[in-house]
Amino acid sequence: MENIDINQLLSIAVFGAAVGLILIGLYAVLIKKHLIKIVIGLSIIDAGIHLLFIAIGYINNGTSPIFSEKGISLVNEGVKMVDPVPQALVLTAIVIGFGVTAVALSLVIRLYRHHQTARIDQIKTLKW
Amino acid sequence: MKKVLVLLLLVVVGYSLYVPLSQIEFGTDRMGSIENPTTVGAYYLSKTPSELSVANVITAIVVNYRGFDTLGEVSVLFLAATGIGSILYRRRKEGEHSETISKPSSQLLQAGAKLIYPAILVLGAYVFIHGHLTPGGGFQGGAIIATGFLLMMMSYKDFHMNHTVLTWVESLAGITFVGVGIGGLIVGTTFLENFMPVGTLNDLFSGGIIPIIYVAVGFKVAAELAGVLDTLLSIKEN
Repeated sequence: MENIDINQLLSIAVFGAAVGLILIGLYAVLIKKHLIKIVIGLSIIDAGIHLLFIAIGYINNGTSPIFSEKGISLVNEGVKMVDPVPQALVLTAIVIGFGVTAVALSLVIRLYRHHQTARIDQIKTLKW
Repeated sequence: MKKVLVLLLLVVVGYSLYVPLSQIEFGTDRMGSIENPTTVGAYYLSKTPSELSVANVITAIVVNYRGFDTLGEVSVLFLAATGIGSILYRRRKEGEHSETISKPSSQLLQAGAKLIYPAILVLGAYVFIHGHLTPGGGFQGGAIIATGFLLMMMSYKDFHMNHTVLTWVESLAGITFVGVGIGGLIVGTTFLENFMPVGTLNDLFSGGIIPIIYVAVGFKVAAELAGVLDTLLSIKEN
């Protein structure tokens, strides 16, 4: 009974943190006026999604999916490993996130050079 | 007004994320047993030690089972590095006077950087050579090596990467990756098929083509990240 309670608390904490990060990042992207802050918001969304993936793949008392001599015998004894697929996907997503951030930052630098400001409310030609 | 709208949107997004996630129980086993796999994750866990004899299942997935995906990922990274170069390219005007934004670093940083720079490179190489045995791999090791270059760039203003060398390393690593893949096509039946002897589990020389590809990825990522950092740090303000 106590075990289930802790599990529910963990579930709320981890999924809540992931969704919270996504929402904070979305807020920064939509509200903030400074382009660097918008790029930081994109990175925060990234982090939230990665946390969500890893949390969905987690298994209680699961070990990391890396075998060793001892690990194989442990698996035969019924010790579980966490799902490796979300971790592999997150590895890909981190690299792509790096590429997105780097290109976005270089675009910000380009805009700053052209307009002498990185605040989108001061770039007049963007008005519509 | 705009803030209210955005908060409303955030509530909607948060609720629509909360409803499906509340049905997932955190930490329950949805994978099925390893002996009798029902999901793709359990299948990978059951096949990796016997088929590929690679200790790190994530490496086996990234490099072998989803190797084509990783080839695409490496190309995306390459495109990002090239894109940054072309976005930030600016032709110098005749007699244009420019000075760097960065201030000279302190004596302490310079001496310390010289001391730990080789250690960082060795650590990065260790991480990508042992990518199939321990946590880590080509991407992580490449990122570690790039941090070593970043440390040197920040401590010594005249430390610059040679872009010709970087391009060569990057191209050779990419050719190795694709060449190993085509080797699988020639020797076996499919692109990126594991055509080399897999050895025994937990040996340094095990896993067939997986260590070769991951070392190539390590070199490629290190060269690309170092190129990106060098491009971004050598921006001059006029």
